[in-house]
Amino acid sequence: MNLSLEGRTYVVMGVANKRSIAWGIAQALDKAGARLIFTYIGERFKASVEGLAATLENQNSLFYPCDVTNDEEIDQTFAAIKDEVGVIHGLAHCIAFANKEELDGDYMNTTRDGFLLAQNISAYSLTAVTKAAKDLMTEGGSIVTMTYLGGERVIQNYNVMGVAKASLDASVKYLANDLGKNNIRVNAISAGPIRTLSAKGISDFNSVIKVIEERSPLRRTITPEDVGNTALFLMSDLSSGMTGETLHVDSGFNIVGF
Amino acid sequence: MAEDILARVQKIVSERLGVDEADVKPEASFKEDLDADSLDVVELVMELEDEFGLEISDEDAEKILTVGNVLDYIKSHQ
Repeated sequence: MNLSLEGRTYVVMGVANKRSIAWGIAQALDKAGARLIFTYIGERFKASVEGLAATLENQNSLFYPCDVTNDEEIDQTFAAIKDEVGVIHGLAHCIAFANKEELDGDYMNTTRDGFLLAQNISAYSLTAVTKAAKDLMTEGGSIVTMTYLGGERVIQNYNVMGVAKASLDASVKYLANDLGKNNIRVNAISAGPIRTLSAKGISDFNSVIKVIEERSPLRRTITPEDVGNTALFLMSDLSSGMTGETLHVDSGFNIVGF
Repeated sequence: MAEDILARVQKIVSERLGVDEADVKPEASFKEDLDADSLDVVELVMELEDEFGLEISDEDAEKILTVGNVLDYIKSHQ
């Protein structure tokens, strides 16, 4: 039993650029010997993902478009992956979206459409892709999603995304219960704020970073590499007895009171 | 110094947007002349923050519409 992922294949969803948490996860899995399958949304991110993957140690990555709001496309993507590799051993779900104007001000001003959009892309997508990925995890597997403290507690401006993360956190537990009998584990990483493309959409994000640097037990912000290390643990056999869990990778910020 | 800033900005913008450095002129609008979408602009702002050691506030970032805006911002904040 070790951290090696040699001979295993993992799907990584949500790499946008070099700062993406998904990219930190991809690099950690790659170093452990995994073969990676990247999904991206739209042509916009295709070139970026392919360019990054060209720097990996294992040059056997595959790439598929996958719009997680489209059930048909999810089915097509996983059918194509099944045709190509047969079996996968894990999936990293690093996908979230909300309207920028709703990541600012009062939560109660969230529109019905904005609420449903955030829930659809940020929470329901985990359930949808888990269902599709399950059929490829015939040797058991590990699914990891990204959540945030804003789903457990109020974080200024996180608003509709916090409510979506609460929904995602509950989904992790129900999915873990569904899939335990298939030896598929489902866990979440609650990462501290990282300067990603998504995070920059949150109003006044730079000041969030300052609070973490000043008040978190480790007195520093988290890097995508920190998250990658924990994702590697969750994808490996070292976490074989864990499912339905949320691990905070946040410099310890979640334990701090006022 | 001013030319050095322009060269550094041209390099970042051309790499990010896949345009020729020669087209990254002060009067060029990111969205209209250089085909940037809103995500490109956010990525550019992050690259500029890293390159020049700056922290660009949300309000200031919204005012960055042209290459010239970037040059003025860097000159007044360094």
